[in-house]
Amino acid sequence: MNKRWEVFQNSSDYRFVPYIMAGDPSEEATIELSLALEECGAAALELGVPYSDPLADGPVIQRAGMRGLAQKVNLEKTIELVSTLRKRGLEIPVIIFTYYNLLLQLGENRFLQLAEENGVDGILVPDLPYEESGYLQEMCSQNNLALISLVSPTTREEKLVKISSEAEGFLYCISSLGVTGIRSEFRDGLDEFLRAAKANSHVPVLVGFGLSQREQIHQFENSSDGFIIGSAIVKKIEELEDELLTNREEAIKTFKAYLESLLPVYSR
Amino acid sequence: MTTATVPDHRGRYGVFGGKYVPETIMFALEELEAAFNEAINDKEFNELFQKELAIYSGRPTPLTKAERLSETNGGASIYLKREDLNHTGAHKINNAIGQALLAVRMGKKKIIAETGAGQHGVAAATVAAKYGLSCKVYMGKEDIRRQALNVFRMKLLGAEVIEVTSGSQTLKDATNEAIREWVASVEDTFYLIGSAVGPYPYPKMVKQFQQVIGHETQSQFTQEHGGKLPDAVVACVGGGSNAIGMFAPFIEKDVPLFGVEAAGLGVDTDQHAATLSKGSKGVIHGSLTKLLQTNEGQITEPYSISAGLDYPGIGPEHAYLHETERVKYEAVTDKEALEALKQLCVTEGILCALESAHAVAYSLTLARSMNKDQAVVVCLSGRGDKDVHTLMDKEGGEYR
Ligand SMILES: Cc1ncc(COP(=O)(O)O)c(C=O)c1O
Repeated sequence: MNKRWEVFQNSSDYRFVPYIMAGDPSEEATIELSLALEECGAAALELGVPYSDPLADGPVIQRAGMRGLAQKVNLEKTIELVSTLRKRGLEIPVIIFTYYNLLLQLGENRFLQLAEENGVDGILVPDLPYEESGYLQEMCSQNNLALISLVSPTTREEKLVKISSEAEGFLYCISSLGVTGIRSEFRDGLDEFLRAAKANSHVPVLVGFGLSQREQIHQFENSSDGFIIGSAIVKKIEELEDELLTNREEAIKTFKAYLESLLPVYSR
Repeated sequence: MTTATVPDHRGRYGVFGGKYVPETIMFALEELEAAFNEAINDKEFNELFQKELAIYSGRPTPLTKAERLSETNGGASIYLKREDLNHTGAHKINNAIGQALLAVRMGKKKIIAETGAGQHGVAAATVAAKYGLSCKVYMGKEDIRRQALNVFRMKLLGAEVIEVTSGSQTLKDATNEAIREWVASVEDTFYLIGSAVGPYPYPKMVKQFQQVIGHETQSQFTQEHGGKLPDAVVACVGGGSNAIGMFAPFIEKDVPLFGVEAAGLGVDTDQHAATLSKGSKGVIHGSLTKLLQTNEGQITEPYSISAGLDYPGIGPEHAYLHETERVKYEAVTDKEALEALKQLCVTEGILCALESAHAVAYSLTLARSMNKDQAVVVCLSGRGDKDVHTLMDKEGGEYR
């Protein structure tokens, strides 16, 4: 575990982990948005990689991916962005969120080498379930990189125990069935699911998928160690697209004001 | 030959196959695998499936010797396995009946399906009507425009057709969207996949329900030829379901097998769907296989005049049979397929689907390189009624 993960894991805060898409709407915007997120209290950052066929994503993140693709951002460029982020002072762990096909084409070994060189702390592959992740898991362990695992309310109990107890970085608990997107309601029995995950996990247990409002965040603060917000933030970035390209300073100000209205006071 | 040992317990055909899907649907794949294995070992289920194939779809389909086609072409005799004579007009119904019976057995009341040309969508809507299931069919906006007739047919059958506007708005995106919907509704919904693709156990299941094509062919051919097997077997390959069903009983036997992909405007252009000839290893729709993609792994849009072959991936077992060289994969252009379609029309009075015309085209070439006393069997996967519009656009002038 590296220093950045240590800080993340030892924190007593209710952790806020945002997701944004690399290159949405430009590489420079991604850098400034990331720094703004850290400033507003993000404990780690998930950086999405644009992909033609994002099977696990809803329309909001699909559109962000199209914008990233239009900027010709790929997996390699996304990793290199992290190095720029480090130079600009970003201190929180950065997790690359990529579909497996992109990783396969770059090559797992090449990815690990680039990740190390550029200051990446973890990787999350939404279409690589536990059963298929053995090789990547081993390679990540050898290279001191956290492979973030996901569990869902539909995960069988013995598998939930296994994944939770082996989790690294943090454990990602999916709050609802379906793809990423903004939701108004969550599943019944979610608290129990989160508690079962927490009982077995050595790392913070975070809840994600569908969160978009402060009240929803409060709902899980007793049963989890933090929360992930993707689509709601990406949607805000979409609204600010033009401004982020033409008047970035103003756009970042608006973005920060949005984050302050969204986040619980203590996680900032 | 080691094909008898694939897939392994992890759903691998050599390195290909597997389950590359979000964690949320992993339990559903396990549940499906268990239910499927139980069903195919249950005599009652198998008898019911065979019965439905017979009394609903009209099986067995004939094996027709194409006398005049063979004669005008020269070389080996050509036999047609008449999947075009199935209810709804293509082999797709075999698989749809099998999966729908399994859905009913599992107590699921809702099915979802993806479709490109609409053939599988029509088959899914048909079995949903017959077995009293609700049915949502995902179809790309572009395909809805191109295949208006099948869209109307699905609606007549009581299905809901959902327009997919993501990505390139064609079959690959419709499949993404069906999988996304499945992730959301997985607890009460059965995903009725249309070809030998997708995460395990789908490729195995689709083969199981399509192998009736090959088994009937084998017994029909051997009966007519005193126990002798055909000298070659040919089938077109989109996702690979009619081909894998046709090849199934022959894979372990000494029979040359040929899969025919769509070369579109030519494999040296960027307008083709020749996945095995031109693609590379990668993951699409939950399976590690070969696909058409950029160096960085963005999936690219294929092209073929035949909507059913217009798919950037291929079933994992075909990727395996290609790599082990058990099956030879060839590519046929739009133009060659159209010519074969017309030739079959005027010599045999059979209008086949554009997909099937690719197999016919290659079998003509193949037959000419063989002896007169040899025989080539072609899977005529579907009939061409659905393609009349495309044909009128392309060829209309000739007949006016
Ligand atoms: C008549 C016909 N043949 C072949 C295909 C290709 O599918 P597969 O390769 O799964 O047999 C289709 C697909 O729509 C079809 O309609």
